Amino acid sequence: MEIRSHKFRQNAADALANEQLQNALAHVRSKFIQKRAKAVNNLKAFDTLRDNATAIKNHTLENLDVYLEIFEEKVIAQGGQVHWAATAQEARGQVLDICRRVPAKTVTKGKSMISEEIELNEFLEQNDITPVETDLGEYIIQLRGEHPSHIIAPAVHVNMDQVRDDFRKHHTHLPEDRVLEEPKSLLLEARGILRERFLKADVGITGANFLVAETGTSVIVTNEGNGDLTQTLPRVHIVLASLEKVVPTLEDMSQILRVLARSATGQEMSVYTTLSSGPKRPDDVDGPEEFHVILLDNGRSSMLGTEFQDMLRCIRCGACMNHCPVYHAVGGHAYGWVYPGPMGAVLSPSLAGVDKTGHLPNASTFCGRCESVCPMHIPLPKMMRHWREREFEQHLSPPSNRRNLKLWAWFAVRPGWYRLMTRFSHLGLRILSGWSGSIRWLPFARGWTRHRNMPGPERQTFMQAWQRHLVERRKS
Amino acid sequence: MSTRSEILKKIRGAVGGPDEKNVRRVSVEQHIKRHPAGTLPSKISSKAGAIKLFIKRAKSADATVEQCGTANVAEQVASFLREHNLPATCRTGTDYKLKRLVSSKANLLELSEGPSDGNDITAISCALGGAAETGTLILVSGPENPTTLNFLPENHIVILHEKDIVPHQEDLWKKIRKKYGSGEMPRTVNMITGPSRSADIEQTLILGAHGPLRLHIIIVKG
Repeated sequence: MEIRSHKFRQNAADALANEQLQNALAHVRSKFIQKRAKAVNNLKAFDTLRDNATAIKNHTLENLDVYLEIFEEKVIAQGGQVHWAATAQEARGQVLDICRRVPAKTVTKGKSMISEEIELNEFLEQNDITPVETDLGEYIIQLRGEHPSHIIAPAVHVNMDQVRDDFRKHHTHLPEDRVLEEPKSLLLEARGILRERFLKADVGITGANFLVAETGTSVIVTNEGNGDLTQTLPRVHIVLASLEKVVPTLEDMSQILRVLARSATGQEMSVYTTLSSGPKRPDDVDGPEEFHVILLDNGRSSMLGTEFQDMLRCIRCGACMNHCPVYHAVGGHAYGWVYPGPMGAVLSPSLAGVDKTGHLPNASTFCGRCESVCPMHIPLPKMMRHWREREFEQHLSPPSNRRNLKLWAWFAVRPGWYRLMTRFSHLGLRILSGWSGSIRWLPFARGWTRHRNMPGPERQTFMQAWQRHLVERRKS
Repeated sequence: MSTRSEILKKIRGAVGGPDEKNVRRVSVEQHIKRHPAGTLPSKISSKAGAIKLFIKRAKSADATVEQCGTANVAEQVASFLREHNLPATCRTGTDYKLKRLVSSKANLLELSEGPSDGNDITAISCALGGAAETGTLILVSGPENPTTLNFLPENHIVILHEKDIVPHQEDLWKKIRKKYGSGEMPRTVNMITGPSRSADIEQTLILGAHGPLRLHIIIVKG
C-alpha cells in the first residue's frame, strides 16, 4: 500500500472528526484493555513468563543465522522448500512463480501482516489470480477495498451496520430480504460463502506466528479456524514469514504462547494453535502436497546490531496499540502504513524509511503504557526517541521545530536563564488564565486551545515550591 | 551471491560474526537437544487434579465435557447428538481403538470413514492428549484422525483418555518426541481449546466461525 504516513497530521484530524470511527474505536478502549487485565491478573507467573519470553527471543536473535539454517535443514528434510527473499518484490515473485506452476486461479489466505507488507493481494490480482481473505475481519475489509487498521483485529474501525451494507452489496446471489440483524447472522453468511472458497482454492497462503527450528515447523494461532483450513485443504501451502519469527524449540514456543493470547485477546489460549511440518506424509489422507516457506528480510537484518534490534522480539499481539491513547484517538489508518500504534511507530521507519514515516515516532505522548504492557519488554518509547533523534540529525523535521528545539536547548544548558524564562512564562500563563481558571487562548499554541482549554498553572513554579519546602524543613 | 547467503552474511555481520569453528552452532544444537522447559505456571501434583483442572478450563473455553467408562462411549455420543437434534451419522478416521469405543451392539451410531469433504455434520476424533493448564486438546494428523475432521464438520466430538491428560503442553511435546522421534513431527499438530469463534464484528464474541460450532469432549475413564 502507498505510504501515507507523511500525512499523519491530516489523517489524524480527519479521524478525530469521523464520528463513525470514533464509535468503533470505543470498543478498543474498553474491551481489549479489560480482557487483557483479567487474563494477566489470573496468572501469577505472567511476569516471569514475560522475562523468559524476552530472554528466548534475545538468545534467538543473537544466533539468528544458525537458527534459520537449522530451520531450513529440517523443512527440507521433511520434503518442504524454503525460499529466501531480501525484498518485498522478491517475495511476491516467489509466490507468483509457485502459483503459476500449480497453476492457481484462486488463492485462499489466512491472516498475515507480511502479506500486507509485501502488498501481495494487489500483485496477485494484477496477475489474474484471485486472493480470498478468509479471516472474518480481513474478508470484511477486502470487500471494502481497505487495509487492516489493527494487527489482530483488522476491521476494528468498521461498525456492524457497515458490514451489513457491504454483505448486501457484494453477496448479490442471496435473497435480498434475508435478515442480517445480528453479528451471528453476518458471521454465518461469511462462513457459508468462504466454505466454498476453501474447498475450491488451489493454493493456501498463511503467515506464521512462530517458526520452530527444532522441528522445521510453522505455527499459526487463530480463533476462527480459517488459517487452519487454508493450510489443510488446498494442494499447496505457502507460509509467508519474516526472519525473526524463528524460535529454538517447542518448549520455547510454549513459553511465548502463554503471554501471546493473554496480551492479545485476553484468552488463556487462542482456540487453534496449529503446527505444520512439511507436506502431507505418504499415508496421510488430507493435507497439502507441497509446503513452501518464504523467509522475508525486507529491512529486518539491518535492524540487528542497532538500537532497534529489540523491536525484532515483537510477537504482534497488539497490546501496545490497545493501550495507546494516540491509537485510541485516531485509529490505525491514520498511521498511513501497514503497522499502526506504537509498534508501528518504531517498525515503520525501520522498514519503510524515516524520511517517509518520520511523523509516526512523533505521534506519542511517551506515557509509557505500551512498554508497560508489552509481553516482550520492548522499550518502545525509547526507540521512538531514537527515531526522533535520527529525524533531527537527518534534517527531516520542519525548520520551525528545529528552531524551537535549538532555542530550548540554549536555555536548557543555562539554568539561570532557564529559571528566569520559566518565571516569565509562568507569570504570562497566570495572566492568560485570569489568575486561576483555565486558558482559552494561547499564542503559538492555538492548535491546542482551538479544541480544548488548557489548565492554568499552579501559583508557584516547581522551583519556587521546592525552595519554600527547603526553608520550611530547615525551620522545623 | 544468492539472496540466502547475502541475508545470512548480513545477519552474521550484525550478531556473533562468522561461526567458523561452529562454536555457536554447537551451543545452539545443545540448547535444542536439552529443550529446557522454562516456567510451568500451574502446580498440579495428582492425576485427579489434572483431570479436574482440564475439565474446568475446557468448559471455560466453551467446550462441553462428559466423563464415562469405556463401555458407555457410544451412548454418550448418541446422547450428545440427540440433545442437539443431530442425525446419528458420524465421520471418523481409521483409528481402530476409537472405532471399538464408539461401536455398540445396539448400533446407536452410523459411522463412515475417511477425511471430510465438507459435507459431514459430525466428526469423532481421538486426541493424543490434553493439557490441563488451559483445557487444550492435542490432535495429530494421519489416516487414524484426519485433520479435516477437526475443522470442517459443524460438530466435533473428541475422545480423550484419562491417562492422556497431563498438566502442561510441555508434557505433550515429550509424548510427541517419544512417538515420532526427537525433532520429528507429523504433518499437522492441532492444539484445540474450545469451539471456533470470532470477535471481528464490533469485538463481540460469537461462537462458531469457520471451524466447528460445538466441541464436545468425552473423557474415558480407566
